[in-house]
Amino acid sequence: MKCQEMLGALSDFIDGELEAHLCAEIEAHMRDCPDCQVMVDTLRKTMVLYRKYGQSQVPDDVQHRLYAVLDLETLKTEES
Amino acid sequence: MTTETLDLTALRHRDPGAFRQLVETYSPRIYDLALKMLGNPGLAEDILQETFTSAYKAIDRFEGRAHISTWLYRIAYNAVLMHLRREKSIADIQSLDDDVDIDTLPTLSECKDAPERRLMQTELIQKMDEALANLSEALRIVVVLRDIEGLSTAETAQVLDLSETAVKSRLHRARLALRAQLAPYLQDLRLQRL
Repeated sequence: MKCQEMLGALSDFIDGELEAHLCAEIEAHMRDCPDCQVMVDTLRKTMVLYRKYGQSQVPDDVQHRLYAVLDLETLKTEES
Repeated sequence: MTTETLDLTALRHRDPGAFRQLVETYSPRIYDLALKMLGNPGLAEDILQETFTSAYKAIDRFEGRAHISTWLYRIAYNAVLMHLRREKSIADIQSLDDDVDIDTLPTLSECKDAPERRLMQTELIQKMDEALANLSEALRIVVVLRDIEGLSTAETAQVLDLSETAVKSRLHRARLALRAQLAPYLQDLRLQRL
């Protein structure tokens, strides 16, 4: 497997969605290719950053206006 | 709370308590999607209200074949597309061209952040937001749904009415583009020399 071939399969590889024999080829390639090791590592870290820190919260005033629009502001759920 | 704990029968009968549970559960995710796609808190609030207003009107037609979050994301994404179409041509929206001037794009960093985000370096968070905003809409929505909101490839394909192959292809391109933009910041964090 060449570097360019590996690049095209990296997302599936990191997601664990790549066929086993292709995973083995990538792992074998990485053992001898420091550049691709770095690529896999940094791509994985990029994905982790967005998965862990990508979400924002709804501001309280936005949430209150949403309830008002939906006429739900006087209702309480078990959690609230 | 998950869909499994939502009372779909009560929702279909527009029970106010059940609907409030639905709103409490999914409003943060819908708002987040709209904010990342439009980059404007005011517009994101409009999409949020429009999504749940539409969902309330149409809830009796929700058949339960898809996850209700998938249904809500689809409503929200269609509302986002409608907004974008008002601003530019459909051809631009569907373009996969990433050649966007980052200086003209809004950042999302001034919005209220989740606790985890506050712990991150402000500069990195800003760079993550900028990198995401710098993607075309077609790539950005795939990252938002798949990597940030945590939908599966199949669910993402369902929301976007794409094949799973197309979702994977766009996601791969998007991730590589994000990685390239964040590279200097990953260095600073000593995560790995690039």
